[in-house]
Amino acid sequence: MKRLLRETAWIAHKDLLEFSRNRFAVVMLIVVPMFMMLMTGFIFPSENTLKDTPVAIVDYDKYSEDRNYTVMFLDTLYSTNNRTNLFVFSNAETENDAKKCITRGDISGAIIVPEGFSSAISNNIQTNITILTDQSNPQVSLMLSSIVSNILESIGEKISTMKVAKMLANGTEQQNGTYNTNYNTNSTLGKAYAIVKPYTVKTKSTVEGTTNYYQFMAPGLITMVVMMSVMMGLPRAISHEKEIGTLDGMMVAPIRRISIILGKTLAQSARGMLQGTIILLLAVFIFGITIHGSIALAYLLMLLGVFSFIGLGIVLTSFASDEETAMMVMTAIQFPMMFLSGVFYPIQQMPWFMQIIAKFLPLTYAVDAMRKVLVLGATLEDIFLDVSVLLGFGLVMIAIAVPAFKYAMAR
Amino acid sequence: MENAIETFSLTKKFKELKAVDEISLSVKKGELFGFLGPNGAGKSTTIRMLCTLLTPTSGSAKVAGFDIVREPEKVREHIGLVSEKMIMYDRLTAYENLRLFGKLYGLEPSRLNDKIDELLALVNMEKWRDTQIGKFSTGMKQRINVIRALLHEPDIVFLDEPTLGLDPHATKEVREFVQKLNTRGTTVVITTHIMYEADMLCHRIGIIDKGKIVALDTSKNLKKMISGEDVSIFEIELKDRKEEIINELKSTKGISSVITSLENPNVIKVHANGENSFDIIIDAIRKQKGKIVTMKDLEPTLEDVFIKLTGRELRDSVSDKVKAHRPHQAPKRIR
Repeated sequence: MKRLLRETAWIAHKDLLEFSRNRFAVVMLIVVPMFMMLMTGFIFPSENTLKDTPVAIVDYDKYSEDRNYTVMFLDTLYSTNNRTNLFVFSNAETENDAKKCITRGDISGAIIVPEGFSSAISNNIQTNITILTDQSNPQVSLMLSSIVSNILESIGEKISTMKVAKMLANGTEQQNGTYNTNYNTNSTLGKAYAIVKPYTVKTKSTVEGTTNYYQFMAPGLITMVVMMSVMMGLPRAISHEKEIGTLDGMMVAPIRRISIILGKTLAQSARGMLQGTIILLLAVFIFGITIHGSIALAYLLMLLGVFSFIGLGIVLTSFASDEETAMMVMTAIQFPMMFLSGVFYPIQQMPWFMQIIAKFLPLTYAVDAMRKVLVLGATLEDIFLDVSVLLGFGLVMIAIAVPAFKYAMAR
Repeated sequence: MENAIETFSLTKKFKELKAVDEISLSVKKGELFGFLGPNGAGKSTTIRMLCTLLTPTSGSAKVAGFDIVREPEKVREHIGLVSEKMIMYDRLTAYENLRLFGKLYGLEPSRLNDKIDELLALVNMEKWRDTQIGKFSTGMKQRINVIRALLHEPDIVFLDEPTLGLDPHATKEVREFVQKLNTRGTTVVITTHIMYEADMLCHRIGIIDKGKIVALDTSKNLKKMISGEDVSIFEIELKDRKEEIINELKSTKGISSVITSLENPNVIKVHANGENSFDIIIDAIRKQKGKIVTMKDLEPTLEDVFIKLTGRELRDSVSDKVKAHRPHQAPKRIR
């Protein structure tokens, strides 16, 4: 037993030493997850993607006599933008001008104020504002229209609040009894706002802090990298040594076959865990995610992930006769696993048949558990189901792997 | 224990192909034994079975007194393998490579370091101890590759084509080292497709072709097979090679083989029996109006033995090496 451990340790030591001498590989260890996070992170538009977006304003109400509300509307729009810097505003004479600018790509959208906007509001007639968007870029157009609508609606609310407040102050017929002569006091405004907007909606999560896409993705990416390192790294490393002939050197030494596998697994897991740690650090310090759970439990989960994939890795090793075959089999398994296990996209968003496939992938459970631990601060009890599935899968695969490996090695 | 290695109808089949076909032989303790044969003849497969890297399909073998199937661990303790592909990691230094394998053989740290220094000195590589193998020339690499197999002082050392791909100087070095190793008492089994190498190094040679041992004896006795049978070998340079001449020679009674030189198509090598073989050959060439530039009577070589036994030249049978490495892989279907 002691000898087995020593042999395992020396083989792992050799692999890691070899790896540390490969400067390119060491650099890639950091660069690859960085790339993955940057790319996947930016594909999903967030409010950060809208910054200094060029938007034109077409003011048809420019020459009307009553411009009070138009001016107020535009002022509020500008001052809001000064705080957020979401847009860069320009003026367009007509709707057609704005359309042309969108077609040319000079602006991403336009806000159109109709003629008589101000007087309509003054006379309590409902009017409208048009948002012109660029259909060739649906993502930006969607973000733009939702953000602009939000701003415009809140301006609308402000206007109606003021009007209601005025009504409250003037119209005693609606409010029997006492009323305040100064409609501008806070209590009247508050009351008016309550009439305009009877309730507000608040989203509250189980843990503090804001969520972003990285918060969703980082735990998944960590789990995937760690588990894949064993599943992919093991067959790759062994078939590579088989190909260059060095495996014979170990096979002809009086050591137990299993220590070759164990040594390689140890080295690959160490590499995977290191990369997992790098992703975790990148996620916290560069992409600003907050960790709510226990780091120790997270590492325990990584180890469990490694364990559950060892068997699969050995089975693949046994059947891949050379490096090229190994790589092809790997890719065939890696891709569905990567995209169906909820690493980058929530499983709930997938069509039903994909959700069923996802249920059979061990990575799904590992990713789920890791996310619960890191983001929601789950305890071992909370992720009991995930942990049991992973343990079970690991044991079954090892039971298959041991005879398969023995058979493959004796060919 | 008299014999270091004994095989009993050792056979290895890869699907339908019989790579090694019922080989029975024994190698004495302290002997320098050679397997000579063209690529793909089954030399490597035999060695890999003896090294416990492959399980025989049938038959059995004893190496250092242990059965290769039932007691592979015991066999491994007593053997060293210098494989055709170098067993080394380019990114590790010479010392790190040797240390790894020393550890795998369970050598004590202090003894291991002494052993490494001793072996490095033996091949004059002390000053390269801490240089990464990847920076070495092929000859330097092979020196490390050879001593790597000697760390645990094995009783039997297998060398599979140890001079393949080496320059003449390095080849000479390796051959000398193999001899030195053998004189120190180690049993050595070497495979080669170079007759000269087998001839100069080995005490006994097993000529192997298509998985079968076709002859096994000392170089001297093997050559006697030819001279004893009254076979003469002539190297003839023709003025102008014509297929009719070759065909005429081939169909002449008393001429057993006609082989054309690879370097010069006008030069042919003819094996002939009988006392009047000289006249027979000249008559046959004259009959087809051929002109002879030179004609030499040659001493038989192992090459000639191989030709006599298989009807082919050793070099003729050079097949591509990839196939020889992995004969168990079926050729890929081309669409």
